Amino acid sequence: MEIKLKVDASGLSCPLPILKASQGVKTVGSGELVEVIATDPGSVKDFAAWATSTGHTLVESGVADGKFRFVIRHK
Amino acid sequence: MTAEALDKPKKLVIICYSGELEKTWATMILASTAGAMEMETTVFVTFWGLQTFVKDKKRITGENWMQKMMSFMQRPGASHRPLSKMNFMGMGPWMMFKLAKKYNVSKPKELLEMCQQMGVTFLPCQMTMDMFGLKREDLIDGMGEPVGAATALQLMTEADSTLFI
Repeated sequence: MEIKLKVDASGLSCPLPILKASQGVKTVGSGELVEVIATDPGSVKDFAAWATSTGHTLVESGVADGKFRFVIRHK
Repeated sequence: MTAEALDKPKKLVIICYSGELEKTWATMILASTAGAMEMETTVFVTFWGLQTFVKDKKRITGENWMQKMMSFMQRPGASHRPLSKMNFMGMGPWMMFKLAKKYNVSKPKELLEMCQQMGVTFLPCQMTMDMFGLKREDLIDGMGEPVGAATALQLMTEADSTLFI
């Protein structure tokens, strides 16, 4: 399934990666995918916590090109 | 745990009592992130915290000389918060904002705007408004109706998490 929206939160510190991702996810429909790129190391655990809290699915959580890459599926 | 209980959003209540820059920052970071995590977030704003929610352009607030002097000595508004230590007559906050810019950390005022976009509720304390001589029109738009301690306590007992900042 292709990425519907890409959010670049590179260089941003907590809580901006989460805030931007949340705003982005609200613009897509149920089942669609959002990719988030971040450089903040704290965001790894943050995105897992955010997914648990909101009920959206953290499909992927890894590293790409030296940055953190998350893929979220809207519930 | 039933499916309904899992689906219900968690509730966060923050008692925003302090008006210093670093404490306001903590309040705004937590409230905005809670909003982003789809938690039902309410911030009860009282005492010094209410100074943060006065419109930036409003320089002097109050009816009597003591209330006016309070605003004269410490400018109200989210953009004018002092640090609790090392304020250095305003140099401290200036340095904090320089650091924030360098490390891409949002300022409290920006986070406050994001809070409002995300449906975080800000309730002003009626008693503080009376005591400090603050009128509805002195405060920023989008705040809830002024409430009292009983409402704050009820919110706290029903919340999953309560913070006093």
